[in-house]
Amino acid sequence: MGIRVQQAPFDPGQEVNAMHAANAGVGAVVAFVGYVRDFNEGREVAGMFLEHYPGMTEKALAKIVTEAEQRWPLLKVEVLHRIGALEPGEPIVFVGVASAHRQAAFDACNFVMDYLKTRAPFWKKENTEDGPRWVEGRQSDRDAAGRW
Amino acid sequence: MKIKVMYFARYREQLGLDGETLDGEFKVLDDVRQALLAKGGPYSLLAEQNLMCARNEELCKLDEPLAEGDDVAFFPPVTGG
Repeated sequence: MGIRVQQAPFDPGQEVNAMHAANAGVGAVVAFVGYVRDFNEGREVAGMFLEHYPGMTEKALAKIVTEAEQRWPLLKVEVLHRIGALEPGEPIVFVGVASAHRQAAFDACNFVMDYLKTRAPFWKKENTEDGPRWVEGRQSDRDAAGRW
Repeated sequence: MKIKVMYFARYREQLGLDGETLDGEFKVLDDVRQALLAKGGPYSLLAEQNLMCARNEELCKLDEPLAEGDDVAFFPPVTGG
């Protein structure tokens, strides 16, 4: 399990390749990459700031990955989440899951993202044309996490 | 007993502080919230229905028991990912 919380950008392609590089038993890699959009909730977004709760963030992510590893036969899980100032088009989050067969990787990646969205202490503040605003938590995200 | 309280994101901004230390008798986490609500003013945001909280860096509910020296945090729903 790898948990990284960092300000620096990352290369999604490099992260995907690293999921199976050291293990020929990996038959499936599913990766999710989240990006900053330039438009949200009716407003143009020029950038955002990601606040987090240092210490708790890493613990919360590790707990989510441990739960995924208990539910599915996984060979590797990597979670990388950026913090600080981000611009549209930049990657925010990477979740990579490797397993022998695809179904476990698909389901576990989905699960990790649903739980991350509702349990990991990150908060987005967008810079919009009308000034800065905090992104509100969404019921659809809570519903998605509830199905597991 | 002393409890360290932290605030994040919109709560931190609206309260104008990162955190504070409270001294009093707190059996459960909600006792801390009630003591803060009693201060009035911007603390009324802690009555928000979707408030989230943590004890010692783990998500918990308002009925979580507390002990001397615990860290408590209040924050709005998380929006990472």
